[in-house]
Amino acid sequence: MIQVEHLTKKYGTFTAVNDISFQVGKGEIVGFLGPNGAGKSTTMKILTSFLPATSGKVSIAGFDVFEQSIEARKRLGYLPENTPLYPDMKVGEYLRYRAALKGVPRSKIRERVGDVLDLCHLADREKQLIGSLSKGYRQRTGLADALVHDPDLLILDEPTIGLDPNQIRTVRELIKNLANKRTVLISTHILPEVEIMCSRVIVIHKGKIRATDTAENLLKNHRSVGELRLEARAGDGAAGVLRGIAGVKDVTEERDGDWTTFKLRLDANTRPGEQILKLAQERNWPVREMHQKSATLEDVFADLTMSEH
Amino acid sequence: MRTFLVLLSREVRSLFYTPIAYVVLVFFLALMGFNFQSAVTFVNQGPTETTLVEVTFYNLIFWFVYPLIFPLITMRAFSDEYRMGTIETLSTAPVNDWQIVLSKFFGAVAFYVILFLPTFLYFKLFGWIATTGQKVHDIAQAAQAAQSAGTYITTYLLLLLLGAFFISIGIFASSLVKDQVNAAIISLATVLLYLFVPNLLGLMLNSTDPRFTRMRGFLSPFDHMRDFARGMIDTRQVVWYLSMTVLLLVITHQVFQSRKLKAA
Repeated sequence: MIQVEHLTKKYGTFTAVNDISFQVGKGEIVGFLGPNGAGKSTTMKILTSFLPATSGKVSIAGFDVFEQSIEARKRLGYLPENTPLYPDMKVGEYLRYRAALKGVPRSKIRERVGDVLDLCHLADREKQLIGSLSKGYRQRTGLADALVHDPDLLILDEPTIGLDPNQIRTVRELIKNLANKRTVLISTHILPEVEIMCSRVIVIHKGKIRATDTAENLLKNHRSVGELRLEARAGDGAAGVLRGIAGVKDVTEERDGDWTTFKLRLDANTRPGEQILKLAQERNWPVREMHQKSATLEDVFADLTMSEH
Repeated sequence: MRTFLVLLSREVRSLFYTPIAYVVLVFFLALMGFNFQSAVTFVNQGPTETTLVEVTFYNLIFWFVYPLIFPLITMRAFSDEYRMGTIETLSTAPVNDWQIVLSKFFGAVAFYVILFLPTFLYFKLFGWIATTGQKVHDIAQAAQAAQSAGTYITTYLLLLLLGAFFISIGIFASSLVKDQVNAAIISLATVLLYLFVPNLLGLMLNSTDPRFTRMRGFLSPFDHMRDFARGMIDTRQVVWYLSMTVLLLVITHQVFQSRKLKAA
């Protein structure tokens, strides 16, 4: 559905996107992950023909976004960051206008608009001025607009930014339902969303793709994974002993009176809990708490994007 | 074509949604009414060689207000879209750049035509009223002059050409900047310069060189108005205004396209 080959985008001497290549197949929901300024929005703007690439080839449903721009645009629905809308129009009016603009046949416009209004739970706001809508409703209007011509591909740039937790949940559910038989590319830096919605993740940082895989695989294969917290009454040599356990990469300690909190960084797939408890028993360390935190996408993300490659 | 019409209808509607439109309509029509009334009074005073149409349009009140219309109706065209970010949703819809530029241009032209329509009626109505029994010599003459279709149709033709030209300047200015006021100032300054420089150039340079008079004849809208108001259509002026308008639209299109090449 989306084919990106060696895409580069430079603004003068600044390289926003540096020779990236990826694909999104039909029916996939792919998360485009990266910190602010990573190049997510720029890439999306190039995909939607808003910006031209400096070099590289991008195609949507087989149509090159530069050579056959109009054909490519007909097949995608785009929700830009900050959901720009016309405040002086009513919701229904705006959607009818956008439907006509995108080539929905006149006889079908009423029907399509009615459908998307229902889909996005906007039916009761049809006659309301966009300027007076809350952020959540604005987002839904933007989403409705992206859907009104029934595109096969949806490209959403940070669709839940700035929404309160309830609104986020609504929009997230909405997106999951819409994804139905469509292909979706969502950019975000809100990680829990990715874990919930996406089948695959592309991590981008400073214009380069750092990783692309399913969320599961990323978690499994990533090297720096897992942290174990141990609160015990142990002597000074304890850290060293703990460090000696297989799979433990590093240990930090924090004294709090009698008790020490040890934080162990672990290798992937290591579960030294049993060993540690046995050790504690042997050495007579009273243990108050032990908890192994499995790696989250956040850890993977932080690791991939904090390093200054 | 359908896309263009959809864009066009949206442009015209959005112009009428803004308060500015009504400010322009009310003040312009009020002034034109006043202008027309004083023109009739003037013609009424005694035998003159100038037609009613000419008096109405070839005077300071009209030319003072006229240039102000253009920044007001064109400043929003692109600037608003840039500022609101809707340029992005517009550009990523399956529309091409020419459709966008031309819809904004013709939207403003449509508003301009609607603006002038009532004034067109003044002359028509005057003609009808004046021929029903008022036997005063001068008014009858003026009525006949006003009635002569040639005279005011040509005047309105010039107004249309001039209007299209100035609107294209306004649209161009709007495509350059994000701020409406900035766009308004650029277009106002340009329109005023264009209106007054040809006439003032000779004065400023303190020369009576016949070349200045000729140049003035080519460029000055005041001179053109005087001629058109007498029923004369000079095709040179028609070509001049049309080609300048087209040129500006082409430049606007280029500017609009190249905006995307700069940093977002």
